[in-house]
Amino acid sequence: MNENEALYNKAIRLSQICNACRYCEGFCAVFPAMEKRREFHIKDADYLANLCHQCGECLYACQYAPPHEFDLDVPRDFAAVRKESYKKFATPKFLGVAFEKAGLLTSILLLIVLAAFLALGSGNLGKDAAGNFYEITSYKTMVGMFGFFAAISFLMILVSCFKFTSHIDFKGVKFVDFIGALKDALSLKHLGGHNYEGCTFPNGEDRSNLRRYFHHFTFYGFMLCVGATSVAAFYDHFLSYHAPYPFFSVPKLLGTVGGIALAIGCTGLFAMKLKADPDLLDAKSLNIDYALIFMLFLSAISGLLLMIFRDSAALAYLLILHLSAILSFFIIAPYSKMMHLFYRYLALVKNAKECRTHA
Amino acid sequence: MGEINCDILVIGGGNAALCAAISAKENGADVVMLESSPKAWRGGNSQHTRNLRSMHYGPTDVLTDTYSEDEFFEDIYKVTKGQTNEEFARYVIKNTPEVVKWAKSHGVRFQGSFGGTLQLGRTNAFFLGGGKSLVNSYYKEAKKMGIKVLYEHEALSLDIQKEYIGVKVKDHANAQILNFKADACVIASGGFESNLDKLQEAWGKPAKNFLIRGTKFNQGKMLFALKDAGAKIIGDPTQGHMVAIDARAPKYDGGIASRVDCVSLGIVVNKEAKRFYDEGEDFWPKRYAIWGRLVASQEDQIGYSITDHKVLKRYMPPLFEPVVANSLDELADKMGLDAAALRKTVDEYNAGVVEGKFDHTVLDDCHTEGLEVNKTHWAQKIDTPPFYCYPLRPGVTFTYLGVKVTKEAAVVMENGEVCKNLFAAGEIMAGNILSQGYCAGFGMSIGSVFGRIAGREAAKSREQK
Repeated sequence: MNENEALYNKAIRLSQICNACRYCEGFCAVFPAMEKRREFHIKDADYLANLCHQCGECLYACQYAPPHEFDLDVPRDFAAVRKESYKKFATPKFLGVAFEKAGLLTSILLLIVLAAFLALGSGNLGKDAAGNFYEITSYKTMVGMFGFFAAISFLMILVSCFKFTSHIDFKGVKFVDFIGALKDALSLKHLGGHNYEGCTFPNGEDRSNLRRYFHHFTFYGFMLCVGATSVAAFYDHFLSYHAPYPFFSVPKLLGTVGGIALAIGCTGLFAMKLKADPDLLDAKSLNIDYALIFMLFLSAISGLLLMIFRDSAALAYLLILHLSAILSFFIIAPYSKMMHLFYRYLALVKNAKECRTHA
Repeated sequence: MGEINCDILVIGGGNAALCAAISAKENGADVVMLESSPKAWRGGNSQHTRNLRSMHYGPTDVLTDTYSEDEFFEDIYKVTKGQTNEEFARYVIKNTPEVVKWAKSHGVRFQGSFGGTLQLGRTNAFFLGGGKSLVNSYYKEAKKMGIKVLYEHEALSLDIQKEYIGVKVKDHANAQILNFKADACVIASGGFESNLDKLQEAWGKPAKNFLIRGTKFNQGKMLFALKDAGAKIIGDPTQGHMVAIDARAPKYDGGIASRVDCVSLGIVVNKEAKRFYDEGEDFWPKRYAIWGRLVASQEDQIGYSITDHKVLKRYMPPLFEPVVANSLDELADKMGLDAAALRKTVDEYNAGVVEGKFDHTVLDDCHTEGLEVNKTHWAQKIDTPPFYCYPLRPGVTFTYLGVKVTKEAAVVMENGEVCKNLFAAGEIMAGNILSQGYCAGFGMSIGSVFGRIAGREAAKSREQK
């Protein structure tokens, strides 16, 4: 039996035991979703695993948790299945290997991109750009390169999402389910715990919403950064209003607030993960978590530094670092923990549909 | 060897012990708690529980509708066939609303009243996440309050004196014997169901095949120590809660999920492939409590619940996959039963089935006629392959043998004297209220109510000194 099969067998066995016990039904969406089933297949495991927030409430409540011979550990085993699902639906499939060596491959990619930028801009590094990016890397290079890689990444993510939805089965899903799931996702409803008291992540001690807040910082920080870039692109293309923008401009404000939030969120999530009870984690999935956190953090922090030291001689280096981080992030996105954003949302959509039709 | 002195010593680590410890601390005493298990297994059988039965007038945040004292008592009366101490039972019942409030104030979380898959939302308040979650909450609270919890400390014997209670304790982690001397002591260390030797003393050989649904740490050491110290022991050692569980469940800690819920939907045969009791006699609260004993009385303490494809979706999903076969012969072969005998049993049963209107939610009119053992409800022919089989064994949940106590939870001695400094709570004294049969969630009610009283009275007994 290969590891993959063992992993799914374990998750399916786990779901059967949970479904026979049902003590945890009050915790999150995963358990009521199990109760809607009688039999469990690989597709159910992929769906349920992507619905799980790995908060750990169920592990501490579980009468069958290790050291019990049933060895029931939902957060740990579902994390392993989650990674397997990212791998399985990677497009093209062979790049799924990136999930096994996330840390290494992300670092190599980052270095290559960094080297490429340095080579491209090598003639301009000493230049006094007076705060103008395009003196270092031409506008054309930037737009061309980013546009190209972003488009490919976006396409790969789209295809992967399509594969995922047809696998977990989206039959009967309606527009209203997308809206319902959006609300759940934007509020991180299921990470709020019972009555929004939060959960005991990272170590089973006091209950708090800290993880939810850090995740909010990360997600909304990221979205603000995306917003900043979009507005800037709009200014540039349609209003012929070119960068650099003053501090009190929409792109700058969004970017600054977003960057700070993203940096805080990533730091918090990283610290919590480091402190987390090893029983809650799948050791083999940690590298994808850390790789994404690192890339987001690097993008945020390099962007902020770039803004602060734009008028100094460090501009060229900071710009290249920032652009490399962003570009690497784009390239690796379909093969990184970033897929969690999409699969989890899609799992929530399916859950919204099931809740609607089972009611 | 030195003595360890303390105000109140609580022996046990489950719900009743925790309630006692917290309550004693609330009443101003310093408390040391001895849990015989390692931390990972703490909580006794409470970790396998789900809810607490509570009376209430009008819906609450955790209970629906109304459940009056009288209705609650009638339910207890019915399942125990009248074998209950009305005064004590009503005393517990009356205290349940207060105890739910108290539990909440000490960090226990309950599920909202609209949850609950077992349709007990009216009578039982469900712990969010189950009993282990409840136990964790109490341990957290105990730590916060400064109660000293010693894990892997097993109380071995008792020395009951007017001035103090001496307890000999084995510290398993450090392999040493400690002598505790407490002003007052609460014993809440469960029954003896995990003690295979004692089970065998009571039941004889069949006990070897029993599975224990709960913790392996309920060895009954304190129950027998109480007996040795001259306390009045009540109850029948063979009485307890025994249900039919999946024979493939682990020897200990199989918990709730090991139950087999489809008994009433098919037939149950023994090793000889013969039916031996009316599978359709009643609904599950009752069926639940009798089938363990029925299987225990069969050869090798094994039974086989057999159903067909028709009813597959009508029962709670089981812990273990059923054994599946496309013919009865194949099924018999897989289960090691005599094929001809099984075919004969099923043929006779099918021939006896009188078609009716099947409805599993009421005592319907589907029954058999002319059989040695008739099935009185939900009888349908077993004729639609594939056929399914779940092997059954008796699963012991708890025992009723216990120590006599007063309403203040004080231990009563064989000579009728009431101890001023020794109290008991939980399973070890549940026999004062119930001596047979069981009603879901009532054990936790008794443990919580008497645990709280025992702790309070133990603390008060110090003040009176």
